[in-house]
Amino acid sequence: MSGISDSDLTEMGLPPGTDKGRVLVIACGALAREILDLRAANGWDHLHLACLPAILHNTPDKITDAVRAAVDKHRGSFDSIFVAYADCGTGGALQRACDEMGVEMIQGPHCYSFFQGNQDFAAKSEDEITAFYLTDFLVRQFDAFVTKPLGLDRHPELRDMYFGNYTKLVYQAQTDDPALTEKARACADFLGLDFERRFTGYGDLAEALERAAKGEAAPRR
Amino acid sequence: MAEDDDDIILADLDDDELVQQMFDDLYDGLREEIEESVQILLARGWAPYKILTEALVGGMTIVGADFRDGILFVPEVLLAANAMKGGMQILKPLLAETGAPRMGSMVIGTVKGDIHDIGKNLVSMMMEGAGFEVVDLGINNPVENYLEALDEHKPDILGMSALLTTTMPYMKVVIDTLIEQGRRDDYIVLVGGAPLNEEFGKAIGADAYCRDAAVAVETAKAYVARKHNAMAAG
Repeated sequence: MSGISDSDLTEMGLPPGTDKGRVLVIACGALAREILDLRAANGWDHLHLACLPAILHNTPDKITDAVRAAVDKHRGSFDSIFVAYADCGTGGALQRACDEMGVEMIQGPHCYSFFQGNQDFAAKSEDEITAFYLTDFLVRQFDAFVTKPLGLDRHPELRDMYFGNYTKLVYQAQTDDPALTEKARACADFLGLDFERRFTGYGDLAEALERAAKGEAAPRR
Repeated sequence: MAEDDDDIILADLDDDELVQQMFDDLYDGLREEIEESVQILLARGWAPYKILTEALVGGMTIVGADFRDGILFVPEVLLAANAMKGGMQILKPLLAETGAPRMGSMVIGTVKGDIHDIGKNLVSMMMEGAGFEVVDLGINNPVENYLEALDEHKPDILGMSALLTTTMPYMKVVIDTLIEQGRRDDYIVLVGGAPLNEEFGKAIGADAYCRDAAVAVETAKAYVARKHNAMAAG
């Protein structure tokens, strides 16, 4: 993963390796480091990774077509394909597309949910509707995903129009990184929100990827 | 848009020039300038409703069109809306006094579990600008809130908004409750929000999906006119 920058993952994603492999994971760029870490830790050398630009997070209506195009492009070169996206704001469209294409995807509404664990996230969701979530990647890329697209760099006075109904920023930490925690705290300060750090590790992503690596079908919703 | 705003003395402009300048100032999100221009037009004897429709709504219509065409983005629309709000706050108390035309009424709110209100607030403001009486229930509304407001205000229109794919199905809960109570057809139900589409609106039994505030106003006008015509005929 060395030599690949977060800004490249944000804007361009990551093309797959050229080796003929058995399993291709087509993922959101925001999950690249976590997936490569899991691959290395588990010795899943047969698992290859291609990432779409993480910034699609901000335009979820474009995710399904982008995933569909990536599956079409790569399916002839791999034995199986796994889509490392949750619903991610597609309103079920991505699940329907994956069903049509015969590929599996991650269960749950979004990465905040599967990092925390879908069951736990759902159980807490009613009490946390005023929480704004960030992951490791989103903390590192806060300017690209929040500050600039919302115009807060040019018009900080808009902050409360966007975030006035939120009360706290929950930093879902995938790793123990004091510097990143401080950056997340600064993001909370910038948005005028209380700060909570919640260590999640890789949550349900680890299990989903293990199933993909072993070629097992994920349970349907 | 206007590069030499600092050099323009608003009070020196004639009416047509001032309205054009207000279009520019709305586009640029200049709230103080809009407030000043509204005061100037009032002092010149313009009716509040005329200022609202010709200057403010006229200007926001341009902003809405450029947003739809991808020329303007959310931050710029919010700045424009904030400027319009400044003008609206001056005009609103005057509109009632001066007998402005009333197009109909609407109860609107973001559904349960959802705290996002930027789009809803834009719709509320543009509906008010178009002459609708708007009761805004705010965010995170369970079905009971909607029912209570419908009982109390007896509006023509129920508007529901959601930004999340996890919360938008709640709109169906509200509509199904209205159906169960035999009162669904008492209201025009309009829905909106970024993850929605026309197909979803139809599937949950809404009258229409409105993709933005300008469409919401046009849709509301058309449905209310149809409803009034039907009542007159019946």
